[in-house]
Order: sequence, then structure tokens, then C-alpha cells
Amino acid sequence: MENQMTVIFDAVTENEAFARNTVAAFCVALDPTVDQINDIKTAVSEAVTNCIVHAYPDKSQKGKITITTTISDNSVHIVISDTGIGIEDVDSAMQPFFTTKPEQERSGMGFTVMESFTDSLTVEQNKPTGTVVSMTKTIRGADWKKKKH
Amino acid sequence: MTIEHYKKADTLHIKLCGELDEHHSAYVRTTIDMLTDGDTFKRVYIDMSDLDFMDSTGIGVLIGRYKRLKPRGIPIFIQSPRPTVDKVLKLSGIYEIMTKAG
Repeated sequence: MENQMTVIFDAVTENEAFARNTVAAFCVALDPTVDQINDIKTAVSEAVTNCIVHAYPDKSQKGKITITTTISDNSVHIVISDTGIGIEDVDSAMQPFFTTKPEQERSGMGFTVMESFTDSLTVEQNKPTGTVVSMTKTIRGADWKKKKH
Repeated sequence: MTIEHYKKADTLHIKLCGELDEHHSAYVRTTIDMLTDGDTFKRVYIDMSDLDFMDSTGIGVLIGRYKRLKPRGIPIFIQSPRPTVDKVLKLSGIYEIMTKAG
């Protein structure tokens, strides 16, 4: 069975903890391990931080971040999107240590962490503007299937 | 996010408690700089045993502190990170410039 939830919130740092904890709480239905929950929290935090830091440079206008989380039998699919300025060169942005803001002590590890902490990651342009980050993580492994059947 | 600290012999101990993300990064950055600027010690231990969460923002903060302390010849040691935090630290390659102690 599929189960889905969507949250839309302001792109401000105050909402980072809310975002990762909300997605994590929704995933609890899949009975993940503590490590898996922490992986999800970290990956979501990276994506949300990117939206806050990069997507909306005009701070006088409040941008929005949308997260849709879908859980199915054995996996969680998380789509995090913004309607900001978008990423000029996605391939470069995904390289480890690549950052457009080195003066702000940015590590440039955001996408690398998302990639490592989930099973698949795609980064696409949002229409008409912005970025869509999609991540999938398998929660119930082979052991669980064995137990179930 | 709270930061505890004490100095023992030639070592400055800094303990990070809570969740280190973009929202708390400025506070962590300025607090560590305040503790390290103008004081004399030979090494800094950053205790992460009560750090519940850290994303790559924390890596940026650590690298920034490393760059400030390296010219003074002061090494940074990372103490007792939790598994998920340790995973981010390992992935970033930070252990090539900071030693994990415990």
C-alpha cells in the first residue's frame, strides 16, 4: 500500500529541523532502524539547506519548499522542490566539494551526502523555475521479507 | 544547540550538544572562534558525544575552524561522534586533517 504526505513551508533555517523530523516521523510506519532514520534526516536536511541557502537569493521575498514523501511496501521516496533560481550546472553542483559560496565556509558536500545516505538521487529542473531533488531509500531489506513470508 | 567548554592543562575542550545544521551554524562558528581567539592552548578537543545530528553544514564549520587554528599550529581532535555524524565526517574526508580521538 502506498501512503503519501506533502508539506509546504517557508525556506528559512528555522524550518530545517521541522522538515527532517516530519519526514522521519512519517517513515516510522516502515519500521526503519535508527541508522536508517538518521540517514533520512541527514539527506532531507541537506536538500532543504540547499533550497534555503541557494534557491532564493532575494531574501525580501519568502520562498517556499515543498516536500512530498511517499512510503510503499519497502521503500521511501522523497521529493523536495523549490521554485527558486535553479541550478545552472547540475553536473558540477553534484561534484564533491563543489560550492558557489566558498566565502561562507560551505563544504560543497550536500549532494554527495544525499547520494551516500540514500539508494538513488536525481536532480532536475523544476518548471518553470527551481529545482526538484528526488531520493529513494529502501527500508525493509531482505531479512524483513524473509520474516514476513 | 548548546556549547560547553573547559580548559585542562594545554587542551581546550569544547562539547557540542544538540543539532548542528545551517540554523545553528553561525552560533557554533562564533562561539568556537570566541573561545579560541586570544587564548593559549596547544590543542582543541571537540566532544561530539551529545551531538544528536550534523549535516554537511557542520563540515564547513569544522574546516573553517581548522583554517583559523592551523596557522597557530593548533590541531583539532574529534571526540566520540555518534554513528550518523561519524558517517558524514568520514565521507567528507575530514579525518585527513583532524584526528578522531575515541
